[in-house]
Amino acid sequence: MLQYLKAEADRGRTPVIDAEISNVSRRGLLTGILGVGAFVLSVRLSLVDAKEAHKPYPTGGLKMPDGVVADPHVFIAIAPNGDVSIVTHRSEMGTGIRTSLPMVVADEMCADWSRVHLVQAPGDEPRYGNQDTDGSRSMRHFIQPMRQCGAAMRQMLETAAAAKWNVDPAMCQARNHEVVLLDNEKKETGKVLPFGELAQAAMALPVPAVETILYKSPDEFTLMGKGEVQIADLHNITVGKAGYGADVRLPGMKFAVMARPAVLGGRIKSYDASAALKVPGVHSVQEIAGVFAVPRKFAQLGGIAVVADSTYAAMQGRDALTIEWEDGPNVSYNSDSFTKEMSETAAKPGKVLRNQGDPDAAFAASKDIVTAEYHSQHLVQAPMEPLVAIARIADGKAEIWSCVQSPYGARKDIAEALKMPIENVTVHVSLLGGGFGRKSKWDFMLEAALLSQKLDGAPVLLQWTREDDIQHSFYHTTSVERIDVALDDKGKVTGWRHRTVAPSIVSTFKQDDGYQFPIEYGMGFVDVPFDVPNVRCENGQAMAHTRIGWFRSVSNVQRAFAVQSAVAEVAHKIGRDPKDFLLELIGPDRHIDPKASGFPDDFWNYGEPYEEFPINTARLKNVVRVAAEKAGWGKTLPAREGMGIAAHRSFASYVASVVHVKIDDDGTIRVPHVTSAIDCGFHVNPERIRSQMEGAAVMGMSNALYSGITFKNGAVQQSNYFDYNVTRMSNYPQKVDVHIIEAPWGVHAGGVGEPGVPPFAPALANAIFAASGKRLRNLPMGEKLA
Amino acid sequence: MPSLTINGEAHEFNGDPNMPLLWYVRDMLNLTGTKFGCGAGVCGACTVHVDGVAVRSCQVPLTEVAGKSVTTIEGLSPEGDHEVQKAWRKVNVPQCGFCQAGQIMQAASLLAKNRAPSDAEIVEAMSGNICRCGCYQRIHEAVRLAAGGV
Repeated sequence: MLQYLKAEADRGRTPVIDAEISNVSRRGLLTGILGVGAFVLSVRLSLVDAKEAHKPYPTGGLKMPDGVVADPHVFIAIAPNGDVSIVTHRSEMGTGIRTSLPMVVADEMCADWSRVHLVQAPGDEPRYGNQDTDGSRSMRHFIQPMRQCGAAMRQMLETAAAAKWNVDPAMCQARNHEVVLLDNEKKETGKVLPFGELAQAAMALPVPAVETILYKSPDEFTLMGKGEVQIADLHNITVGKAGYGADVRLPGMKFAVMARPAVLGGRIKSYDASAALKVPGVHSVQEIAGVFAVPRKFAQLGGIAVVADSTYAAMQGRDALTIEWEDGPNVSYNSDSFTKEMSETAAKPGKVLRNQGDPDAAFAASKDIVTAEYHSQHLVQAPMEPLVAIARIADGKAEIWSCVQSPYGARKDIAEALKMPIENVTVHVSLLGGGFGRKSKWDFMLEAALLSQKLDGAPVLLQWTREDDIQHSFYHTTSVERIDVALDDKGKVTGWRHRTVAPSIVSTFKQDDGYQFPIEYGMGFVDVPFDVPNVRCENGQAMAHTRIGWFRSVSNVQRAFAVQSAVAEVAHKIGRDPKDFLLELIGPDRHIDPKASGFPDDFWNYGEPYEEFPINTARLKNVVRVAAEKAGWGKTLPAREGMGIAAHRSFASYVASVVHVKIDDDGTIRVPHVTSAIDCGFHVNPERIRSQMEGAAVMGMSNALYSGITFKNGAVQQSNYFDYNVTRMSNYPQKVDVHIIEAPWGVHAGGVGEPGVPPFAPALANAIFAASGKRLRNLPMGEKLA
Repeated sequence: MPSLTINGEAHEFNGDPNMPLLWYVRDMLNLTGTKFGCGAGVCGACTVHVDGVAVRSCQVPLTEVAGKSVTTIEGLSPEGDHEVQKAWRKVNVPQCGFCQAGQIMQAASLLAKNRAPSDAEIVEAMSGNICRCGCYQRIHEAVRLAAGGV
């Protein structure tokens, strides 16, 4: 493998491995399952062309920066000993994607998974295609290119074998890490060539033309869809050898922390570092200039860095700094009054984003109107691994090591900040100790790079503390969602009006006008899939006073909470079963017609072409039915217990959750059981889909009951896990049953990382109502019922 | 000038004796398996054993461990085959994996003093360790499995 890498470097290509970070796959298979080969070996693969088994379809991946790459020479290398290296170019933050995409390659190329090594790609999108690991789109956008890479390499191996044996390539068949020679009846002759012996010749071949590539038919998959492969880093994680952002050690490396302004836009008036410099182990104090011009994008906030022999000494030095700040206008930001203002805005008409039928007439003619307002506080991602980056500059070249979701975006901005050509900047990607959207913003990497530059290029590790993480994030927005539902005299819903008021992520990218952009209003707002004749969706103005960014599931969190709570509130009002009423409201099986439904022209469908990824009400209703049935919906429960249901489409997948709540005598809200159904289309790694859904219930419970960020005088009031509370083992969803809807290739792979979160909070609120008669409309709801 | 034993090796430290054990093992000894999560003793990511008992290493100054024996995740088992580690792999506990060294050290400490913990005892012992990915269901299952023998 190393020889290959050297050859790559000699050819002027980016070496695809960094020995300090990359981990060799531990190649685990789940216990109790036989090795891959045994039951497929004697069967000739019935390969088929793309029209049949791998009908290609366009995805939003083609429109992402640098699109997709499907070149086996980029992603696969075979060593003479037969070891296969597969490049994994997306960031691993817990979804399992680092394992799941290479599984697709290995399966198509008939590689033995136990001989596959993973190579984490550095940030280099022109070479690998888009690397922004965000939006639940890694599998959605790369399942096709990865199948293509694997199938092409299989064909190259067969072609190489045919040349060695001097036979027609049709007589050569790859299987389980070798190529076998077939006779005229397509039976095995007993002659085989292992992949290792074919490696050099196969890798020197041109990539076969796309239209000549043959694919496995789904019944011949050995890895895809089986759930039998363990994540590549499992062993290393359990022995403390998995490499995260702060785990690289460079010769002479220093450690640093930074003091930053408490209020967004705050500037240093003056500072005194004399006491800090007296702290044993502290080397120097460096001012890092902030970026104040709007838009700030992911620029550093600016502040004072303390550089020391250890992280501890650096933190001691920071404590000893005296800094006087000029807060700037955002000092007026107070969550209490801001929420009141948002609520007042939501009471008035806003900018109309969707209009279907005549909602005004429907409300005027209604027999009854159900009105409810749902509030949510800011959230912070708070991944267990605080932000960290290591930077070193030598010989005019910068190297950065970090836990980043978007290494190439970071690389571009770092090159600009350092005034270096991008070729001279390398961004190595470690494992991410969680991300949830925070690590797709690279302010912390810019800080480290600029700090190293101030230190004449010396290697430095810039560590964010938990307090830094909680107080200087790009926050999930705070919001007010108001829903009015018009009912006729038979209790039928004749009008639906939804107003959203929330500071927008747009404020991070351009001059803020207080209104949301398509990505936000496409998340469970204008796309509400109900069979109601008159619908209006309006957006009221709310200016941002802190950095707003994405958090796992983004606007879907507050939208699903509002919409799915409102549905249950209406069901209660008219005396209907909430599940039956939800199904009725979704209405007949159909693909929603965005135009006929009055969707805005700039309707955003998770970046996917609508014809390929339409809103399919049959799939949404199916997950509702499956979750309800598996949960035993309708069964009689003891006093102070109840079930609630919610369903939501997001990231091109459909999820329904039934939450079973039990309320203790002291009011503590407990969740003994969650039953979820997910339809994410064709899927590769059901074992990791289950783990994502289990985790989504836990994070859903954090969002629903515990977590909230509030501002006072422009500064965040919380600081660590003792006041920014998250779900702990003392009260967590005890049992999460996950039902994955089986789907053929033709049902395009959808997202998995995020879609599980949105339905949880409303299902929980609906269950609390069923158990207690109390309707909770504000997130976080609190762990105890008052 | 505290001297202490870490994973069976004797160490002497001449720096600030108030430095928390966490930063000593990470920054001075390059034992990076122990993780920094909160610095306040409220998340459990930095859990190590001092004389066999789980402690939050971010809260323990070196002066307090002088003469004591510290075990980090790297020293839990030479081959990584402690019953808790095996159970963790069998149940496929980790997602991002960052908190798992602390979780494993916490669970190992629990089982060292209580071979058959009840569900309530498992919850009590593990509630100081946060997992933001939400692996709790599997952590609970893995502790039960380790207690019963993997």
